[in-house]
Amino acid sequence: MVMLVVAFVSFSLFTFVGDPVHNMVGEETSDQEREEIREALGLNDPIPVQFTRFVRKASKGNFGTSYQLRRPVSELISERLPATLELVFVSALIALITGTLLGVYTGINRGSVLSDIILAISLLGVSLPTFVIGILFIYLFAVILGVLPSFGRGEVVDFGFWTTGLLTISGLKAIILPSVTLSLFQMTYIIRLVRAEMMEILQTDYIKFARARGISEKSIQYKHALKNGLIPVITIAGINIGTLVAFSIITETVFQWPGMGFLFIQAVKFVDIPIMSAYLVFIAFIFVMINFVVDILYYFIDPRIRVKSGDVNG
Amino acid sequence: MDSQNLSLIDRIRDSDVYFSFIKSPTAIISTVILMIIFFCSFFVELVAPFNPFDPSSLDLMEAFTPPSWEEEGMSKFLLGTDGQGRDMLSTILYGSRISLIVGFSAILFSLILGVALGLTAGYFGGKYEMIIMRITDVQLTVPSILMALLVDGIARGLISRELHDEMAIYVLIFAIGISEWPQFARVSRAATLVEKNKDYISASTIIGVSNIKIMFKHILPNILRPILVIGTIGLALAIIAESTLSFLGVGVPPTTPSLGTLIRIGNDFLFSGEWWITFFPAIFLVILAFSINLLGDWMRDTLNPKLN
Repeated sequence: MVMLVVAFVSFSLFTFVGDPVHNMVGEETSDQEREEIREALGLNDPIPVQFTRFVRKASKGNFGTSYQLRRPVSELISERLPATLELVFVSALIALITGTLLGVYTGINRGSVLSDIILAISLLGVSLPTFVIGILFIYLFAVILGVLPSFGRGEVVDFGFWTTGLLTISGLKAIILPSVTLSLFQMTYIIRLVRAEMMEILQTDYIKFARARGISEKSIQYKHALKNGLIPVITIAGINIGTLVAFSIITETVFQWPGMGFLFIQAVKFVDIPIMSAYLVFIAFIFVMINFVVDILYYFIDPRIRVKSGDVNG
Repeated sequence: MDSQNLSLIDRIRDSDVYFSFIKSPTAIISTVILMIIFFCSFFVELVAPFNPFDPSSLDLMEAFTPPSWEEEGMSKFLLGTDGQGRDMLSTILYGSRISLIVGFSAILFSLILGVALGLTAGYFGGKYEMIIMRITDVQLTVPSILMALLVDGIARGLISRELHDEMAIYVLIFAIGISEWPQFARVSRAATLVEKNKDYISASTIIGVSNIKIMFKHILPNILRPILVIGTIGLALAIIAESTLSFLGVGVPPTTPSLGTLIRIGNDFLFSGEWWITFFPAIFLVILAFSINLLGDWMRDTLNPKLN
């Protein structure tokens, strides 16, 4: 349902916005030649015909040809997709792990100096725009220290349908700065969430009871409290993966990461409608998938939901 | 009756808001910083030492002058100059004016749109409310920066290229404004739902006050507090969004650079060691956004303890 709406929106983009022919040809093209190109692209057909053609093709992964680069959009996207997904995946991982660890630490050691420092930094992290963080990192690690590369993906290993930078040293080095930059905002979010959860849970009766039973403090904190504290984190992290994908546009521009966001920005600049609409459909697809996966994860993690939904369904 | 006779200043002095303002050093400091920034940005012609957009005052020989405290710095360029010999301090102040104008206009636009839709949705209810809230649901799942980018891209397609540079600032305001309104709609709807069941509204309805008058004269003043809070935080978001879009190269045209544009331009010089060209606009932007955020935090705590 959502996908259909998005498909329609992106189709309208396609049809009503701008004159693709105008973008494709030079100034000196004659009207007749323009008309021929229009005919060849199928832009003269009635709109319902164009829409059904669009959906049929889109479901097969065909989004037409980029006006500017004159190459099939699906090809461009599948070329860039691995880069973006790797970046998002790595930064989600960083955000989740570091965020949880720091959150647990600040939640348990309330009022300690280190916790206060962590929290102050995280507040600053929220106010810093992503691209400023990126520039700061580039200056610090690439210009002054010169230890990490500031652009590109490094060497990539090609599997035919997937290229990965995670298997070479230069690729791994190249992903550090962009992924940390991208994950910072997310991380501050998770720190605050985990901290609040931990503080709340440590007050509950079952933790007091566990203490009374003489279970070690470490075991209480990590085995009993954290387990319940992680449930909302998963939802938020899941939802925010979509945000990560969107913010990867900025990170990719700063670090010249050859991913989809970079492609999209170029498309916005040159009004390359096929790429824009394909990106839109793709983002919507990711959002729907993430929601689906989070729902399923819930089912496995939280037994209470399993019972509840079992009751409702019979 | 007493409070009616007091002058405005006394009433402000008497209020709890003033009390908590005086008690909060963060609020005072951030307000002072913001006042200075606002003043310098809006009276930039008087404050700025140079006019960076007057070609006759520029000297290419003075390009890439480092800040005045560095060895090669010149005392007349406090924060150094950029690649065209423009004084950084003046350029930043001119840039921050653009950023502030866009930020304020965008947030005002989304505030009016969001509050109007949210208020009417909460008041009338029914199918209308459902549709509006559905739209906000859908839009809230899309990150606002993406939304703004899309709107910007579409506008570029609709407006011819020659016109686009002139229109860019309005397009930007519209794009950012349209991406922030669901917040306002939601909050004002929720507040309206609470307000409309109170006795004074029923009383007004009974004596035959028109719907429009009830909504805008009676309900609106009572829901202003939470709206003001998200408006302040939204302003910081809008300014950041503006500079992000400009940084990405789809914001204001380079002829009228905003803070984001300056950072983007400066970014190209980072590797050749001219760090100040990008650093000062960036730090200025961060201070601006951070102060607004702090003020917003304080307002949230003071004006509306329930909103989290």
